[in-house]
Amino acid sequence: MAETATVIAPRMRSKALRRFWRSPRTVAGVIVLVIIFLSAIFAPLLSTHQPNVQNLRNRLQPPTAEHWLGTDQFGRDTYSRIMWGGRVSLQVGFLSVAIALVIGGVMGLLAGFYGGWIDRLMMAISDVLLALPGFLLALAIVAALGASIVNVMIAVGIATVPYFSRITRSAVLSVREQDFVTAAQASGLLDRGIMLKHVLPNSLSPIIVQVTLSLAGAILTAAGLSFLGMGAQPPTAEWGAMLNGAQAYLRDSHWPVTFPGIAIVLTVLALNFVGDGLRDALDPRGLVD
Amino acid sequence: MLQFILKRVVMIIPVMLGVSVIVFGIMELTPGDPVLLMLGERAPIEQQQQLRERLGLDQPAPVRFVRWISGVVQLDLGRSIRSNRPVLDEIKARMGPTMELALIATLFAVVIGIPIGVISATSPNSLADHFFTFVSFLGLAMPVFWQALMMMLLFSLHWDLLPASGRGSSWQYYVLPAVTLGTSALASITRMTRSTLVEALGQDYVRTARSKGLARRRVVYQHALRNAMIPVVTVIGLQFGGLLAGAVITETIFAWPGIGRYAIDSIRTKDFPAVQGVILVFALAYAIVNLLVDVLYGFLDPRLRVRYG
Repeated sequence: MAETATVIAPRMRSKALRRFWRSPRTVAGVIVLVIIFLSAIFAPLLSTHQPNVQNLRNRLQPPTAEHWLGTDQFGRDTYSRIMWGGRVSLQVGFLSVAIALVIGGVMGLLAGFYGGWIDRLMMAISDVLLALPGFLLALAIVAALGASIVNVMIAVGIATVPYFSRITRSAVLSVREQDFVTAAQASGLLDRGIMLKHVLPNSLSPIIVQVTLSLAGAILTAAGLSFLGMGAQPPTAEWGAMLNGAQAYLRDSHWPVTFPGIAIVLTVLALNFVGDGLRDALDPRGLVD
Repeated sequence: MLQFILKRVVMIIPVMLGVSVIVFGIMELTPGDPVLLMLGERAPIEQQQQLRERLGLDQPAPVRFVRWISGVVQLDLGRSIRSNRPVLDEIKARMGPTMELALIATLFAVVIGIPIGVISATSPNSLADHFFTFVSFLGLAMPVFWQALMMMLLFSLHWDLLPASGRGSSWQYYVLPAVTLGTSALASITRMTRSTLVEALGQDYVRTARSKGLARRRVVYQHALRNAMIPVVTVIGLQFGGLLAGAVITETIFAWPGIGRYAIDSIRTKDFPAVQGVILVFALAYAIVNLLVDVLYGFLDPRLRVRYG
């Protein structure tokens, strides 16, 4: 059984890949994401000014040749702050989703594989976490832990756990009954080995889609918390926090509000495009054609 | 059906109990001593001790949890540290404005979202469809706070058409907060209507209806759309959670006197009983709406009615 699985897998993968690249929306999403990732990685090289250096004589400038996207209420360069802010926003997104993926993935794996009381316990925990909308749960956790970017990561991570525990569980349930798992059990493999080597790799598709879509959600939630002053603290350049500082000056200059917002919209939009493209490409119903 | 509803009502209880444990635990983790917050940092030790005993804060956590939860069950959410008024009264006073806003936002999302979804689904891959799909993606990608500020910038500061904040007596005060709050729901409803209707239009019963000579319009609205509405109802219900979360930010930006803004104010002033109370009320409201959605689902989908008798 394992042999046929490895023979079929690459062919299915290449078909899925072809379907993935067929949608212009997905391609656009990938291109935008690559640009955003690169600009975050190379922020020190790409930025034209120091992100936190103030210049009060140059406050609230519109876009100029010197300041491409204008300056904020302290005369800081908005373009450079967006470049540096991307690092913070993306890091928070990735780390909080990583937290959710590890905790939720293990919960879902155990629940789906063993069933019984373990399943009921894991799903009860997930239900309780889902009893509040994600943003409110994250807000409550940050309120308790204190306002900081690390706490935002933890809070958003915990609030995202139930999505991963549920989706992993259902993926595992559909894989568990298949013959190659029974064969592995019959051949005397340990549960841990079966879960990690046979069940998990075959449950990956929905989890990958969930990672992409959760990243978009996590970046939005984290930016929202920073906007409310519960996340990144001044003078840290973070997209949500930049808006928080600049909103009081909306009447005088909207640029420091407009541009960081566009950065968030582009990132989330691109992630959603890619997530949707992945879902369409990996959808097992689509694998037949 | 009754059995189904009862079953769902009973299911709320353990979840709410779990939420209360989380809410209580969260406040336990919070750094900062409520006694010092109430009396000030320099209050004499004896006075602190007295208050601590009066509030029962000298007891171990499990004892306090049982006390707190038995109060909650009797609708006693404690007193606000800031105002010293019962938290429940404070929340009740702010419930109305939030409900108003949430209802108008939902109405806005449904009334615009469903027709757009129908247009997209009945002419898939047309220019209009591509446009609406892109706008829906945009609606889901925009952070609520940014959209609020951009709308304020355009409609209040730039064109001076609508008031920028507050809740006055005229309808104009409702437009910006309600549209901001309803946008992501609008986008979700549009997308869900489109995808379920496209699927419904491909079903055999639609082909049968068409082939026996029924007008296309009638088939779309009377046959396909009715079936496609079932998942849309679920999405509308789920969006209510998004509305609650969005209300926190929307109300804060537009200075709307609702529970969302109260939640943020309470968090900022470390008013623990108020924070606990607001979160519980949010969870309860969310649970009730989900319950209503499930019940409605049962009415709309005869298959469920049969299964649960």
